Amino acid sequence: MAGKQASRTGHFPRQQSMALVVENLTVRRGERTILAGLSLRADAGAALLLTGPNGAGKTTLIRAVAGLLPVAEGRIRLEGTDQDADLEVSERCHYVGHLNGIKPALTVSENALFWANYLGGTMDDVTAALDQFRLLELGPIRAGYLSAGQKRRLGLSRLLVARRPVWLMDEPAVSLDKASQGLLAEAANKHLANGGIVVAATHQPLGFAPAIEHALQRVDGAASRPAAAAP
Amino acid sequence: MTGFGVLLARDLKLAFREGGALGTALGFYLVVVAMLPLSLGPDLNLLARIAAGILWVALLLSALLSLPRLFEADHEDGVLELLAMAPLPLEAASGAKALAHWLSTGVPLTLLAPLLGLMLNLELSAYPVLVATMLAGTPAISFIGAIGAALTLRSRRGGLLIALLVLPLYIPTLIFGISAMEAAALGTGGAGPSFLILCAISLASLVLGPVAAAAALRLQLG
Repeated sequence: MAGKQASRTGHFPRQQSMALVVENLTVRRGERTILAGLSLRADAGAALLLTGPNGAGKTTLIRAVAGLLPVAEGRIRLEGTDQDADLEVSERCHYVGHLNGIKPALTVSENALFWANYLGGTMDDVTAALDQFRLLELGPIRAGYLSAGQKRRLGLSRLLVARRPVWLMDEPAVSLDKASQGLLAEAANKHLANGGIVVAATHQPLGFAPAIEHALQRVDGAASRPAAAAP
Repeated sequence: MTGFGVLLARDLKLAFREGGALGTALGFYLVVVAMLPLSLGPDLNLLARIAAGILWVALLLSALLSLPRLFEADHEDGVLELLAMAPLPLEAASGAKALAHWLSTGVPLTLLAPLLGLMLNLELSAYPVLVATMLAGTPAISFIGAIGAALTLRSRRGGLLIALLVLPLYIPTLIFGISAMEAAALGTGGAGPSFLILCAISLASLVLGPVAAAAALRLQLG
């Protein structure tokens, strides 16, 4: 019953029964409670799309699952994986946040290769990842010279350079054009079909299928008013 | 440990490719050491006596210049939070980054020091001791500095704050570095023990620095 449930690292066994379970989760930022007693479940094979108004806690939930925010109450665990090694849930996750996590001074392929080596992927994974997001021909170019959409694609390619059963995405389609959104949906749907878990916070349709929507509500009534004029 | 090596190699590549931090540190070291004789006058005996102290203090200040960027750059582009999630513990990642800082700042500054010693009329016999004590002492600058860099990650004007936090912690390194040099110059003995204490300070910071820096980083990310 440990809060962190675990599994073997790296090449995860693709099991249909896997699920990311959030139980009674409360997260506070300073004095404010962002999430209060939230329970939800993301099953393997179906994307969980988090929707809801600004400030509803979509980013907070995703960052809490990623282990980047302290959890005040409740727990987050991964069901249906081997339980021999005590890996944190966050170590089984890919996280795509608002920032792309790329180094402008490194080339596109150096960026991808760094994450592959750091996260335990292989050279084949890097080639496949760059190919999936149509970045192969940009390989020798410094990431600093890329357009916003190309940088986003490079950030997303991290999802494929090392295998993780859980993909956490926060507004993944920002600055992507239609074709690139299609590439993302293709990658995510392949991941789902292989028994992976996808949790995405979004305001726009992502084309992930199958998908289940979960609408988050603001916790405190006061905050649900449209941004009050700051003093 | 592969992740450690990968991160170390990446940071070294970035340090030498971007080059700005290293150039600034070396240039600052040169300028500070060049200005002191101008302010003190061309008294060669005086310069020789204070050379070790000047070289050490200026080195500490120069190494401090690039410390604020140690974690800041990775924080700004979102790499830091991904490092925090990776299987490699954040302690090891902090250690790799501090080690990269030492290799890309502490070592080049140490290698520049003998050249600057010429400008200060440093005695020839002191050069090997100068380089040895600096090589032994500078790791503490990077590894203690990593704690300061992590603590001030999200504060504006963190650079000044780092100096206030970290410079007092450099005092033991400074004292034993200079006392080893003086003892060697006078031939009184005692250079050995001072040098060993210098090594001990560096080794302790090697162990404690990454742990404290990682704890501070987790606090800053949360």
